[in-house]
Amino acid sequence: MAAIALAPSAPLLEIDKLEVSLFTRRGVLPAIDGLSLTVSAGETLAIVGESGCGKSLAALSVMRLLPEPPAKIVGGAIRFMGRDLAGLSDREMQRVRGKDISMIFQDPMTSLNPVITIGDQLIEAIRCHADVSRKEASNRAVEMLRRVRIPDAERRLNDYPHQMSGGMSQRVMIAMAIACGPKLLIADEPTTALDVTIQAQILDLMKDVQTDTGMGLIIITHDLGVVAETADRVVVMYAGRKVEEAPVEGLFERPLHRYTRGLLGATPSAQRQGDRLVEITGSVPALENLPTGCAFQNRCPDAFDRCRAERPVLKPLLPHRTAACFAAEEELSRDVAAIGS
Amino acid sequence: MRRIIIRRLLQIIPLILGVIVLNFMLIHLAPGSLFDVMTSEQQVTDPAMLDQLRHTYGVDQPTSVQLAKYIWSVMRLDLGFSYRQNAPVLDVILEQLPSTVILMLSATGIALLVGITAGVLASVKVNTIWDNLISLGAVFFFAAPSFWLGIMMTVLFAVKLGWFPVGGMRTIGSDQGTFGDALDVMHHLVLPATALGLFYAATYARVMRASMLEVFRLDFVRTARAKGLSRSRVVISHVMRNALLPIVTLLGLQLGTILGGSVVIEAVFSWPGIGSLLFDSVMSRNFPMVLGVLVLGSLLVAVSNAAVDLIYLRLDPRIRAR
Repeated sequence: MAAIALAPSAPLLEIDKLEVSLFTRRGVLPAIDGLSLTVSAGETLAIVGESGCGKSLAALSVMRLLPEPPAKIVGGAIRFMGRDLAGLSDREMQRVRGKDISMIFQDPMTSLNPVITIGDQLIEAIRCHADVSRKEASNRAVEMLRRVRIPDAERRLNDYPHQMSGGMSQRVMIAMAIACGPKLLIADEPTTALDVTIQAQILDLMKDVQTDTGMGLIIITHDLGVVAETADRVVVMYAGRKVEEAPVEGLFERPLHRYTRGLLGATPSAQRQGDRLVEITGSVPALENLPTGCAFQNRCPDAFDRCRAERPVLKPLLPHRTAACFAAEEELSRDVAAIGS
Repeated sequence: MRRIIIRRLLQIIPLILGVIVLNFMLIHLAPGSLFDVMTSEQQVTDPAMLDQLRHTYGVDQPTSVQLAKYIWSVMRLDLGFSYRQNAPVLDVILEQLPSTVILMLSATGIALLVGITAGVLASVKVNTIWDNLISLGAVFFFAAPSFWLGIMMTVLFAVKLGWFPVGGMRTIGSDQGTFGDALDVMHHLVLPATALGLFYAATYARVMRASMLEVFRLDFVRTARAKGLSRSRVVISHVMRNALLPIVTLLGLQLGTILGGSVVIEAVFSWPGIGSLLFDSVMSRNFPMVLGVLVLGSLLVAVSNAAVDLIYLRLDPRIRAR
């Protein structure tokens, strides 16, 4: 096998101007509109946004598991270690799934097959990509369960999913996802369905595995607490577009896009105890009638004429940071002017 | 697990008792009896003679006593005596039962094979021409009465094309040894089993299609795909496995009606089973035989239902836990 040589700075995954449309009776709706992002080995990228902003569809696009119909990739490229995944045949894509890129999902209780033991589900995942005997696969399954800190792993192999708690099931999902040593793990709302105490354990576990293996990690969430705890870099999505991208500290220190600001304002924290949470008024516009100009204009406290007339594009506003927001641009230029005078 | 099996088998006893009581009452409510038929055939008119005969056959006693006697004898595996065949009821039934069981099993086998295959195909090719054709076929075989289907199949495949025999279970007067005999029976079985099975195949196809489409949408199917399994592997070991559960339920419910359906099919194809026996016995008011067939038939259905429940237990671990 020819080794795939990567330039040291080359990203593991590169999504380039991805466009995903929903083909519905109401017409063709742009669910993801020109999304670009990169993830490098060992890095954790968080994709943040409200339900319906396209963050899960982006993840499913990478796995080529979009629900078709109605969703379909209509443009752009998804390059994994230099290979365009969108151009792979079904058979080639099967070899990527679970081996190079793995994914875990929101609800671990429904993500495991209820009538198959977790041992068999793990063994199936292992034997799908490695030419090993059932016995060897079984040993590896036990090893994997131990790795995700499931006590009494041998006995657990014979358990059915309904015999496990949500947290345990998510550990099994992680074990299954990392069983074939993927280079990239995509976690779609991995802790949303779990108790708060379990959430931290699952996040810790994923970070530990990442430290051990050096895999890239994409965490999709609407929970900024999860972002703060895990991410190196954050992409904020709104109505199918990337509206801001920033390193995690920068984002929490000074959110640029007014939507990001709104999200942070709506998140409770210990420092702001006693303050009222600020809600973002209104709701996400429906994809079939996105307004001209900025999609966030109707909910934005700082929207002005330009926001309604012209659609903002992503611009590098600060070092390592981009945002698509006219209000942020104005604000930053005022700051620069103030420093200058 | 063993306790569940025993408990399930014990449930059969009150069920059979209920079947006996209900059918016994039903038959006694119907006008005419074997006694009337026999005495009128023999032209017995002398009242003293009639009383004597009533006493001999026990029909002079109150119904409740007759019922109690019947239940007592059933418990000793004695289903009474058939004066028509001049043999014990149980012997006659046991002689005919195997052919009905063969017919029922073959029909069920055909129904499951055809129904599940068609349902899976329709769900995998949903909203295509294949799906539509299968749905159309299912509606047709669901709507077509099995006796009509049987007659049409006889006309086409037996009379016109001559591929299969018109009726019966064996070629009369042939002696081909055990293996040849089995082949001969199978040859005779094709048409009646298909005619009986296609109705159920239609139901299974519809249910399997709906059930598959339901399971396709569940999260664990996406997980299976995300593991890197091929589409066919996902369909077979993840989707089908779960989608089969309603079929098993349906199978249990339908075993009784398959037995009922075999009465008609046996009449159409002159298949020598307990269906034909029941039909003849009702016509000749041979009530001990009618009761016997009903009791044994319900036992057959009850036992196979219990078996289906146990299969369900094997297939769905979530039920075992309760």
